[in-house]
Amino acid sequence: MTTRRLAPEAVQPSSFAFNAENAEWAKRQIAKFPEGRQASAIIPLLWRAQAQEGWLTRTAIEGVADMLDMPHIRALEVATFYFMFQLAPTGENAHIQVCGTTTCMICGAEDLTALCEKLIGPAHTVSADGKLSWEEVECLGACANAPMAQIDSWVKGGFHSDYYEDLTVATFETLIEGFRKGDYPKPGSQTGRFASEPIGGATSLLDDHAEAANASVAIAISEGAT
Amino acid sequence: MSFDFLTDKDRIFTNLYGMKDRSLKGVKARGHWDGTGAILAKGRDWIVQEMKDSGLRGRGGAGFPTGLKWSFMPKESDGRPHYLVVNADESEPGTCKDREIMRHDPHTLVEGCLIASFAMGANACYIYIRGEYVREKEALQQAIDEAYEDGLIGKNACGSGFDFDLYLSHGAGAYICGEETALLESLEGKKGMPRLKPPFPANAGLYGNPTTVNNVESIAVVPTILRRGAGWFASFGRERNAGTKVFGISGHVERPCVVEEAMSIPFRDLIEKHCGGVRGGWDNLKAVIPGGSSVPCLTMEQCEDVLMDFDALSALKSGLGTAAVIVMDKDTDIIKAIWRLSKFYKHESCGQCTPCREGTGWMMRVMDRLVAGDAAIEEIDMLQEVTKQVEGHTICALGDAAAWPIQGLIRNFRGEIEERIKAKEAGRVTAALAAE
Repeated sequence: MTTRRLAPEAVQPSSFAFNAENAEWAKRQIAKFPEGRQASAIIPLLWRAQAQEGWLTRTAIEGVADMLDMPHIRALEVATFYFMFQLAPTGENAHIQVCGTTTCMICGAEDLTALCEKLIGPAHTVSADGKLSWEEVECLGACANAPMAQIDSWVKGGFHSDYYEDLTVATFETLIEGFRKGDYPKPGSQTGRFASEPIGGATSLLDDHAEAANASVAIAISEGAT
Repeated sequence: MSFDFLTDKDRIFTNLYGMKDRSLKGVKARGHWDGTGAILAKGRDWIVQEMKDSGLRGRGGAGFPTGLKWSFMPKESDGRPHYLVVNADESEPGTCKDREIMRHDPHTLVEGCLIASFAMGANACYIYIRGEYVREKEALQQAIDEAYEDGLIGKNACGSGFDFDLYLSHGAGAYICGEETALLESLEGKKGMPRLKPPFPANAGLYGNPTTVNNVESIAVVPTILRRGAGWFASFGRERNAGTKVFGISGHVERPCVVEEAMSIPFRDLIEKHCGGVRGGWDNLKAVIPGGSSVPCLTMEQCEDVLMDFDALSALKSGLGTAAVIVMDKDTDIIKAIWRLSKFYKHESCGQCTPCREGTGWMMRVMDRLVAGDAAIEEIDMLQEVTKQVEGHTICALGDAAAWPIQGLIRNFRGEIEERIKAKEAGRVTAALAAE
């Protein structure tokens, strides 16, 4: 296990409120659960708060707890237990999460983390220009497309969270510099592979190729990825 | 005798790569959602019996018979609601199969949720997907919305008279939530710490109500099994290892991929047919983790003629697990590869049970030194002994999962660990002599 604490008070903002769209969205999440079980919606709500704010602030955690009629300590327990919650400020444009577990490691992930260190700085700190941050994370479940990274980004007027797969040091560097400039590079395989079919071409399900991009990439394109 | 490879006409996941038309119209054209109402009309008992007869064993790692699990649910409600909860928290290192089902063939899962929930008297089902699968969650939600709009689920689902609601929720990065009771805790809005069993979820699960937790693939194969018959599904694989299976092959093969094949496919055929073989040729193979990070690794000799199924792999003291195959070639530092798993388990231990909380850190620190060769030979046995003290002494199986890869390493590659320690020792002696 890992000890995780909130960011120092000095960097914590003094208030939090969901914007109108997110407040509506939150109501729909709460409605998925039976009467009196609204606490079940806490993870989706905290995640939305993080997407809105860039990281999970103390006031956001407490605000979500109040919305769900939970004691603050219960919400703080959840926020500190789950690793996707960023308890300190992240890069303004993107937070890069390089998968470092065994498959990715034996396929070159250590070169990718070294590159992050070189281009961005130490893990869990924001780059000097404020644009980027990064960390090594545990298996992201895209092992047939190793090595890979998940990149949360706040570019092109919105929040996005995408998998960038089949990476090399060269393609990863292009991605990182793209995000630094505020671009939203197209996610998915960076070698032109469609999804997780065998590299070089599928060995099954060969007929009726009708879609232009896989499902994950198609959503990103609809949000402005190029 | 060569293996009878699965052909497309027998593939359950007809759009695993998402290349074909993903719209509901395209999905229906490929045979999904065909006669679902008629399947429900055959009744709960028929569905559960057919699932038992199919021989389907759970696809989430443990391999427990799915039909039997369903039969543990109370036949009649005592007033409490029943729930089906789908475990879509795919996080076992090496595993990337459910992701493809959820983003590219999500209707197989949605239809399966309806049928399985009906068979267990559950009017509501929750799918709990790992938080990192943001796009997969969106693709799956789109399929759920399409199914609602088309009357396939919701009030009077498929015209059956059965009311069914399907909700998608998610986690936020905690491997432990793949353990079914930790998943339920998380779904209730708490830290994902496993519960003591009994009571089992079938008696007291989500919000204290009767609940069955099944893996994505286990549920997604249900509609096709019921349409084509238990006998059809059971015709693939050996006895007790029935069916087709989605394999995810990663690491040092020429063409890593996710692919649906028949169970009991020989390992060598699997990687030669679909993955272009081991990088650098078969003789360059060093080790294979055949079923996700929790199962002990195999040597090249063991892989020569092993079949990819539950029984064949457990006979080698490993396991099919999630059928996540990690291939490592001769250039791999196997000690470091297993050390990385120790680091993973240390990171992911929820901290509830002392043997796991303390043991995973302790094991990782010894593994740190084995990677460097900075240890004494006796420490290998001490490490083995500690894995035995963690294994079986915790509420959930994370402690076991942390112990097994190390045990597999020691069993199969002890020579390499010893060599590294000796080389380091010799280096120290040489350096000491040079200093004199």
